[in-house]
Amino acid sequence: MKTIYLDNNATTQVAPEVVEAMLPYFTELYGNASSMHTFGGQIHGRIEMARAQVAELIGAEPEEIIFTGCGSESDNTAIMSAAECNPAKRHIITTRVEHSAILNFCKHMAVKGGYRVTYLPVDTLGRLNMDALLESLDDHTAVVSIMYANNETGVIFPIEEIGKLLRARGILFHVDAVQAAGKIPINLKELPVDMISLSGHKLHAPKGIGVLYVRKGTRFCPYLIGGHQERGRRAGTENVASIVGLGKACELAKKELARGTAPLAALRDKLEAALLKRCPDAVVNGDRENRLPNTTSISFEYVEGEAILLRLNEYGICASSGSACTSGSLQPSHVLRAMGIPYTAVHGSVRFSLSSYNRQSEIDRVIEVLPPIIKELRSYSPFGRDKFEQYCRIDAARAD
Amino acid sequence: MWEYTDKVKEYFLKPKNVGEVENPDAVGEVGSIICGDALKLSIKVDKETNRIVDAKFQTFGCASAIASSSVLTELVKGKTLDEAAKITNQDIAEYLGGLPDEKMHCSVMGMEALQDAVNKYRGVKKITRPEENIICKCFDVSEEKIRRTAIENNLKTVEDITHYTKAGGGCGMCIPEIEQILKEVWSITEIKERPVEKKKLTNIQRMALIQDVLEREIRPKLRADGGDLDLVDIDGSRVIVGLRGMCVDCPSGGMTIKGIEERLKDVTGQNITVVTE
Repeated sequence: MKTIYLDNNATTQVAPEVVEAMLPYFTELYGNASSMHTFGGQIHGRIEMARAQVAELIGAEPEEIIFTGCGSESDNTAIMSAAECNPAKRHIITTRVEHSAILNFCKHMAVKGGYRVTYLPVDTLGRLNMDALLESLDDHTAVVSIMYANNETGVIFPIEEIGKLLRARGILFHVDAVQAAGKIPINLKELPVDMISLSGHKLHAPKGIGVLYVRKGTRFCPYLIGGHQERGRRAGTENVASIVGLGKACELAKKELARGTAPLAALRDKLEAALLKRCPDAVVNGDRENRLPNTTSISFEYVEGEAILLRLNEYGICASSGSACTSGSLQPSHVLRAMGIPYTAVHGSVRFSLSSYNRQSEIDRVIEVLPPIIKELRSYSPFGRDKFEQYCRIDAARAD
Repeated sequence: MWEYTDKVKEYFLKPKNVGEVENPDAVGEVGSIICGDALKLSIKVDKETNRIVDAKFQTFGCASAIASSSVLTELVKGKTLDEAAKITNQDIAEYLGGLPDEKMHCSVMGMEALQDAVNKYRGVKKITRPEENIICKCFDVSEEKIRRTAIENNLKTVEDITHYTKAGGGCGMCIPEIEQILKEVWSITEIKERPVEKKKLTNIQRMALIQDVLEREIRPKLRADGGDLDLVDIDGSRVIVGLRGMCVDCPSGGMTIKGIEERLKDVTGQNITVVTE
């Protein structure tokens, strides 16, 4: 059975060109870039080339790029650095819908470091409450960390607007752009942002490689301390093959973005429209006007997400869900709950995230297969439209 | 991804006995759409022999919830009510070749729906004692259910209790209470905890911490009951607060202050006193 992979916000396939670029660094080119001999030293040049490729994708200077082990490390490093460089400021601002690499690290800073953390709310479409941001800023704010685009809904935050506000007040701004990079254009020459996190495996590079961009002139304290690698900003022998692979992936992403994301968005829109049409009582979560071109989060009422995913799995179709049963805990998606989506809809949410590798025929297959699954699972469910009213009311009462 | 047995997959992909029995003699219901799973079990009983002649289910939930419900209907069919009443969640899990720990609550849900149906058939009123002590407010789990499930399944840790009943799996506020219940159930004499040496906080850190606890823990709780509180000042270890809203005339205002004091002592590791302005 052929896999139909629509879970690209979780991870992506490594592009064949990327694999090809990486292979020599596992075999004949295994040197250490720090060595004095040519055999190792030649690696250095290749790392710098990859650095330039990454910089090119986001409109940065190569020396502003630090290679890390993953997106989570980049996120942790950014917050930690901001805190260490501004020891007198003990307030962090973030949002309620961040990735756990930010949320749990902020909680850690609150518990272990006594930091005050503000979690900004979002509205029912997942849009940031800008008034709340303005109100929460004060003289003690060490850093504001806000994601570029949300992994579950694809909703894009107004990073430029926020950046201008913060720059005018001299407050450090970190952006988790893990989901945005490669999917929408990012130009740091014009974007007033101080630090940005990227992750390789979300843009067709392998897992285990990330990037932290630190704007020139921004004070920085390293997280991993040891050797002089990355100009003393991140110790550890370079993950050469992955760095080379990430460089190649960024080059490919740049070309892909130049071609435009309209075909990808059209594919996503087709999937979304057809599912909404064929499945009654289904709704899209998030601001459809301002989303990543590859993401859609759809809630199917009266059924549970894990059951939907495992039925899709029988057809080789890969997607994900915000339901409690798939979260590994008993609580459903923190993102959808922050948006005030009723629990009934959160439990039945399914996220499809496409990539440029997806084909029309794959989308057609999902459109063919999913509506009967929903219909069948609903036939098992004790809930339905007739009983829905009362549960919605209970839900609303609880939400208060 | 969950490690489901082939049996679970089989009963999830092709569940048996879906739907509602026509003119059921009893319907057992458990769970809610908010909690993420719910089961409605309808049974037909032969009056002469007291045997369950038909059983069907409707389930909102994950793969293991659907499989557990379907297996339940298979297990009860042909059994007398007395026999059926003896079916436990372990029987359901065993029939499925086991369930992942985190999914054991699905089998418990099956057992509860069956008990509900049998009780209703026999005209036993559902025990809804007003004094029933709800421990987990997120998932509406009573002290009695926690005790019963712990004993029946030999559960020793809070994590186990969460897997089987969901209690403690939400906000986590009730975890200390669940620990206490488990201690009582297994009569484990309280092991004296080694005093944890807390790092001494600076004045600034202590003030920030107190503000944070009041803001994020205490005030939302008070607001939920129509009250509120303002932090007026922190003077050394004295925290001065002003009660607002419903709290002003609340007869248990003193209790509230005491509770806040205990919490602040706990987080700061210092002898905090809380007074009203």
